Amino acid sequence: MPGKLKVKIVAGRHLPVMDRASDLTDAFVEVKFGNTTFKTDVYPKSLNPQWNSEWFKFEVDDEELQDEPLQITVLDHDTYSANDAIGKVYIDIDPLLYSEAATVISGWFPIYDTIHGIRGEINVVVKVDLFNDLNRFRQSSCGVKFFCTTSIPKCYRAVVIHGFVEELVVNEDPEYQWIDRIRTPRASNEARQRLISLMSGELQRKIGLKVLEMRGNAVVGYLQCFDLEGESGLVVRAIGTACTLDKLSNTSAFLPACNSPSKEMKEIPFNEDPNPNTYSSGPSTPLKNQTYSFSPSKSYSRQSSSSDTDLSLTPKTGMGSGSAGKEGGPFKTLLRQQTQSALEQREFPFFTLTTFPPGFLVHVGGVVSARSVKLLDRIHNPAFVGIMGNTRSYKLLDWNSFNSDEPETRDAWWAEIRQEIKSHAKALGCHAVVGYSESTSICEEVCILSASGTAAVLNPRFLQDGTMEGCLEQRLSWQPGFFSIGSEKGEVDFFPQSQDSSSLLGIEEASPPGCGFCHIPYDELNMPFPAHLTYCYNCRKQKVPDVLFTTIDLPVEAIVVGKGCLIQARLCRLKKKAQAEANATSISNLLPFMEYEVHTQLMNKLKLRGMNALFGLRIQITVGENMLMGLASATGVYLAALPTPGGIQIAGKTPNDGTYEQHISHMQKKINDTIAKNKELYEINPPELPEEIIGSPIPEPRQRSRLLRSQSESSDEVTELDLSHGKKDAFVLEIDDTDAMEDVHSLLTDVPPPSGFYSCNTEIMPGINNWTPEIQMFTAVRVSRLSNINPTNQTLNKNFNDLCENLLKSLYFKLRSMVPCCLCHVNFTVALPEDELVQIAVTAVAITYDKNQALQANKAPTEKSQQRASTDNEEQLQFPLELCSDPLSSQPFSPAKEVLEGASSHTGIPAAQRATSVDYSSFADRCNSWIELIKLKAQTIRRGSIKTTTSLEKASPLAEGYLRHRSVPSGTNSTVSVVKMTPLSFLPGAKITKYLGIINMFFIRETTSLREEGGVSGFLHAFIAEVFAMVRAHVAALGGNAVVSYIMKQCVFMENPNKNQAQCLINVSGDAVVFVRESELEVLPPQPAAAAQPTGAAGDVTT
Amino acid sequence: MSSDLDVFVGNTTLIDEEVYRLWLDGHSVAEAVARRLRGGLLEREATSVAVLQSDTRDHYRTFQMLERLLHAPPRLLQQLLFQIPPERQALLVQRYYAFDEALARELLGKKLSKGTKKELDEVSARTGVGIRSCRRQFDNFKRVFKAVEELRGPLAENIQQLFLLPPSLARDYAAIVFFANSRFETGKRRLQFLSFGDFAACAQSMMAHWSQGALAPEAAEPDGDLPKSFLQDLKELKVLVTDKDLLDQHKSLVCSALRGKISVYNELEANFKVIEPCRSDKWSPGDLRLFLQHYTAAPRNLPGFRHQALWERYMAAISACLLRMFHD
Repeated sequence: MPGKLKVKIVAGRHLPVMDRASDLTDAFVEVKFGNTTFKTDVYPKSLNPQWNSEWFKFEVDDEELQDEPLQITVLDHDTYSANDAIGKVYIDIDPLLYSEAATVISGWFPIYDTIHGIRGEINVVVKVDLFNDLNRFRQSSCGVKFFCTTSIPKCYRAVVIHGFVEELVVNEDPEYQWIDRIRTPRASNEARQRLISLMSGELQRKIGLKVLEMRGNAVVGYLQCFDLEGESGLVVRAIGTACTLDKLSNTSAFLPACNSPSKEMKEIPFNEDPNPNTYSSGPSTPLKNQTYSFSPSKSYSRQSSSSDTDLSLTPKTGMGSGSAGKEGGPFKTLLRQQTQSALEQREFPFFTLTTFPPGFLVHVGGVVSARSVKLLDRIHNPAFVGIMGNTRSYKLLDWNSFNSDEPETRDAWWAEIRQEIKSHAKALGCHAVVGYSESTSICEEVCILSASGTAAVLNPRFLQDGTMEGCLEQRLSWQPGFFSIGSEKGEVDFFPQSQDSSSLLGIEEASPPGCGFCHIPYDELNMPFPAHLTYCYNCRKQKVPDVLFTTIDLPVEAIVVGKGCLIQARLCRLKKKAQAEANATSISNLLPFMEYEVHTQLMNKLKLRGMNALFGLRIQITVGENMLMGLASATGVYLAALPTPGGIQIAGKTPNDGTYEQHISHMQKKINDTIAKNKELYEINPPELPEEIIGSPIPEPRQRSRLLRSQSESSDEVTELDLSHGKKDAFVLEIDDTDAMEDVHSLLTDVPPPSGFYSCNTEIMPGINNWTPEIQMFTAVRVSRLSNINPTNQTLNKNFNDLCENLLKSLYFKLRSMVPCCLCHVNFTVALPEDELVQIAVTAVAITYDKNQALQANKAPTEKSQQRASTDNEEQLQFPLELCSDPLSSQPFSPAKEVLEGASSHTGIPAAQRATSVDYSSFADRCNSWIELIKLKAQTIRRGSIKTTTSLEKASPLAEGYLRHRSVPSGTNSTVSVVKMTPLSFLPGAKITKYLGIINMFFIRETTSLREEGGVSGFLHAFIAEVFAMVRAHVAALGGNAVVSYIMKQCVFMENPNKNQAQCLINVSGDAVVFVRESELEVLPPQPAAAAQPTGAAGDVTT
Repeated sequence: MSSDLDVFVGNTTLIDEEVYRLWLDGHSVAEAVARRLRGGLLEREATSVAVLQSDTRDHYRTFQMLERLLHAPPRLLQQLLFQIPPERQALLVQRYYAFDEALARELLGKKLSKGTKKELDEVSARTGVGIRSCRRQFDNFKRVFKAVEELRGPLAENIQQLFLLPPSLARDYAAIVFFANSRFETGKRRLQFLSFGDFAACAQSMMAHWSQGALAPEAAEPDGDLPKSFLQDLKELKVLVTDKDLLDQHKSLVCSALRGKISVYNELEANFKVIEPCRSDKWSPGDLRLFLQHYTAAPRNLPGFRHQALWERYMAAISACLLRMFHD
C-alpha cells in the first residue's frame, strides 16, 4: 500500500443549464480512480455550485498511481431519469510522484465533454502521500522524471547520459470494438480517451523501469506517439534518452565548484589536431596563455598524466598522442574505440537529444534514415524494408520471400529499422546516432515506419558512470538564443566542463574553434562513398564535406556566418490505388525516388540561399489513397568551416537553339540574382581573410558535383564543360525537359519572408540573439482539396507548394504586429485524410527581437563569427586574433607556424577523390543508378558537426555571472493565470526554475451539428482553443506558468459533411515549468566583467 | 485548390482592432475584406486577398466565440478558453458595449421589448447605423436593463460592476435604463432638439436627487425606479400651482428677489415653468440659473407651505435638467 491519493472537490462555476425549466443545474461530482468511486453531495439549483467536499482518499499501490488517471465527472442530478453527464476532467497525477516536481495539484479545470466541448470549470485539489521507499517496488518507476525537452533541462546537470529507451504498448481500439455499435459516440470517445491515458501511463511506467535498470533517474527527449491503426488496433509507443540528472538546488551554490580557472579548460579542448594554436586561448590574459604553452606532441601525454582520476582511457590517450599529429586518423580510431566500448553494451546507441553539452558531440557524420512499409492487416507478414538516405545496404525485398509463419510484432518492426539506422551510422564511421526520432504514416492497411537521426561520434565521458562528477551541467546545454548575450552562457558552461575533462580524461581529440564537428568522422582514404572534401575553412587541418545535413539543432558553439532560414522541400507523387501487397509494393517503389527528389530540392534551395548546412532536418513521407507526399523542413545556415557553396548552373541539352539558349541564360541570370539577393538578406558575407593569410589552401582542381536528373542520352559532353567559376564548385541543373524546367521555376517561387521576419525550425535562430520576452505560440491547420480532374505530379507539386507558401504567407500577415520577429521551431505536419484532401498543421512560436540591441549582440558566437571576419572594432579584436595570425605570434609554442604551413601543404587532396561527378547516362539503368545515386548523394550531402572548444571561452565568465544574476526573482510575476506555451525549450528573457512534470494529453472532440458550430473551421478552431485551455489549466494547477517543448503530435481530423458530423483527435505534450522573468538585469556590460575575472571564475562577479 | 478548413489559433488570442470594429459594425466577412482592402492593407503588407480573407474569417470566428462571454463580461475575465491580456479584455468589452448616441436617442424611453426590436429597421434607416449593429446595441441595452432591473443600489455602479464598463459608459447605460424604466416620453417634437447626452445628464440628476438611494444608500428600491413615496409626495407640491394665492405670492417673491439682477426682467412673469419662452426670449444660462435658484428658495417664505424639503429635492433635479436643456 504505498500511496494514498487525496482529492477534494471545491466548487464549480459557469456550469451549463441542464434543467430547462429552472434554467439551473443540480450538479454533483463523481471522483474515480481505478475501480473506486466517490461522490459529492448534490448542490441544488446553481450554476456555480460550492461543494466543498471532504477529502476523498484512495489507497492504491504506486503502479496504479502511475498508470491510472484521476477521473472527475460532473453530473446533473435527475430524480426521475438517469443523471446527465456534464463533462469530465482527467488529471494525470504523475507529476505528484516525484519529489522535485509539484506537491499539489490545485486549481480550476475546464470541464470537458467530447460532444459539447468545455462546459464550465471545476476547482479541484489533489495530493498524494507516498508511504514507502519507492525503489522497493520494481513494478513501478515512481520518481523517474520525464522531459519532452530534447536537451538537458535547464535546472539540472547530467551526471550520465545512459542512452536510448523505448517501449510500445498495443491494444484494441475501442472505436472498433463491437460494443461501439451500440454505445453513444460520447461513451466511445471517453472509452478511447481513458484507454489512451491508461496506456500512456503504463508506457511511461515501463520506460521508467528500464531507466531504473540502467541506473538512471530521468528520461529526456521523451516522445510518445499514437498509431491509430484502425481495425488492427491502437499502438502507443515512446522513445527517449535515459539520463542521470542532478538537480541544481541552487545555481550559485553549484557554480563555485565548477568554475575553476578558465585556463585549465583551455588546454582541454579536444582538438583533433594537436596543434594548440588553432584554438588559441587568445581571449584570456596573456599570462594564462603562457601557463600552457605546450608542444603538440606533448600535450596529450601531459594531459594524461595530469589526469589523476582513473579512466581506462587515459593511457590510451597517451599512446595516441604521438601519432595524432598530422592526420588525426589513429586518434580518431582510438576515440571511436573508447566510445564504442562505452556504447557497446547498448543495443541501440541512439539519443533523442538534439542539443548537447559542449564537448559531447565530437563529429557528425550525416543524416541516417530508414523507412519500411508494412501491411497492418498482415501483422505476421513483413512487407518491405526500404532504406533511404545514407545507407549502402539499400535493398528491395521481395514480398513473397518472406516467411509468413514467422510472427512479427511491431516491436520487431522497429527493431529492424533501428538496426538499419545503426548500420548506416557505422558506415559513416560513427558509433552513435543523435537527434533520433521515429514516426509513422498510416493509410488504410498500409503503414510507413520511418526513423531518422544524425550519425555522430560522441565523447565517451558523458556516457559512463562516475567519470564526470560535476562536469556536466544543465547549463551546458544552453541555448544562446535565450537572451541577448545568451551564447556566452553556453561558453561559460564550458569552463567547468573542460577543466574537468582535462583532469579526468584528457583524451579528447582537439578540435579547432568552432569547426570540430564539421570534420569528417570517416577515414578519407577509405571513404564509404565518394565525397567532396576540402580542408576545413576554419582550422585548415581537417577535412570537411562541402555540405552538411543534420537532424540536430545548431550546436551552440558553431561558427555561423549571417542568419539562418527555414528551407522546405515539397513533393507529391501520384500512386495507383491498390490493395494490400500491390499497394505496399508500389509505395516502396516510389519511396527512393521521393527521397532523391527531396534531397535534390533541399540541395538546390540551400545553394539558392548561399548556404552550406542544414540543421533540424525532418523529412516526412505521408501516404494517402492515391498519392504520397514528402515534406522536408530544415534550417539552412552558412557554417564558416565549410566551403562557400557554388552557384547553380543551368545547362541545356540543345545548345544550338538560339532562343533556347537565351531562355537558359535568362533563367541563369534569375538564379544568380536570387542567390545574390539571398546572400544580402541573410547577411552571408563569409570572411575571405583567412584564406589569404594561409595562402589559399583550397585545392586547386575544380570540384564539381553534377547531377543529371533527366533522361539524357549521354552526358559526357557536359562533363567537359567547366561550369565552375573561380574556386567554387558549381551545382549543375540540367534542363532538357519540361519537368526540369518546372523544377527550376519552383525553385524560384519560394518567396522570402517579408522584411522583419525570419523563420527557422530549430531552437536557435543563428544571427539573432537579442530576443525580447514577447512570444506567441500558435497552431494553424489547413485542409485543402486538390481539385484537379486529371492530376499530374507537376500540378500536384505546384498545388502543394502553393498550399505551404500561402500558409506561411498567412502566418506572416497574422503576426505582422510582432515585427521584427522570428518564427522559431516551425513544425509542419502533413496528413492525407481522404482522396484529394491535404491537411497541413503548423505549430511554431513567434518571438520578437530588438533590432536596436543588435549592436550589443556581437558577443554572441554567431555574431562573433561574423566579426571575426571583419574586425575593425576594438572590442572584437580579441576574437579575430584567435582566428588569424595573431595567435601564432602571441603563442609561445613554436610549432604553431610549422604546423600551419604543413597544413596548407597537406591540402592537396588527390584530385580524383575530390572531383565528384556522378553521371548516369543510360536510360535503361536509370532506375538503378538513381538508387545508387541516392546513396551517394545522401551520404555526401549530409554531415553534421559540432564544435567543441573555442576562443569564445573568455566571454563565458561573464555569461555565467549574467546567468546567476538572472536567477534572482524579479518579483514582478504579474498575472498568475497567464500560462505561456512554446515549442522551444526555453523562454526568452526568463529563467526556468523548476520542472513540474510532463504534460501529455489526448482529446477527442466530435460533433453531430457541424454547420451549427460554424462548419469545419469553427469546429476545429474551438477545439484547438479548448486544447490550449486545458493544457494551460493543468499547468496552472501544477503551480506552473509555462509549457516548454510543447508539441502537437497528432491532429487527426475527419468529417462527414453529409451527415453534418466531424471528429477530431489531438495529442499534445510538453514540460510544465515555473519560470522567473529576467528584468532590469538585462544590461550587464560585457567588458568589465571579462576584465574583472582574470581567473575566469564566473561566479565571482555575480555572487 | 480551395481551402475547406483554415484556422489559426494563438495561445494568446489575437485581436485585430480594425476587424473587431468591422465586426461590431455588423459587416459580413466579404464586406470586411472589401473595407480592409480599401484601407490599403494589401499594399502595405504585400499580401494577397486570400490571406486577407483567411485572416478576417479567423477573427470573425474568434469574435463569435467571444460574443457569448461578452454578454457577461466578468466571465470573460474568469474563462479559460481564450488567453487575452487584461487591457485587451477591457478593450473588447468597452467596444462591445459602446453605442451610437443617435440610436440610443431613438430608443430612449421606449420599452425594450420585441416590438421595439422589430422597429429597428426604421431606426437603422434613420440613424445610418447598420441593422446588425442596431440589433446588437439594442440587445446590449436590454441585457443591461434586465441585469440591473432588480438590483439595489446606485444604478451606474451596478452596471459598472456587472459589465465591467468604464464609469462614463456605465453612467450612460444607467440613463438608458432609467428612461426605459420610467418611460419618459422623449420622442415628443418639442424635445427633438435634445441629444442623448442631454437626457443622460437629466437622468443622472433625477437619479441623484430623487431616487431612494440618494437619501438612504441602503434603500430597498433600485435606483432606476423613482420611489413611489416620492412621487406621492410630489402631489403635495401641486398647491404651488393650484393655489392661486400661493402662486402669486411665490411669483412676487421671486420677482422681487430678482429685480435688477436679470436683464430680461420684463418677461419674467410669464416664464414660470416653461423653457421654450426662455429660449425665445434669449435668456442667458446665468439668468436661468439665478432664476431657478430664487424660484427654488422662494417658497420658504410662503406662509403655510410645509413642503420645503421636498420642494428643494424636486427642484434640484428640475433645475439641473432645465439648465442642461437650456442650450442652443
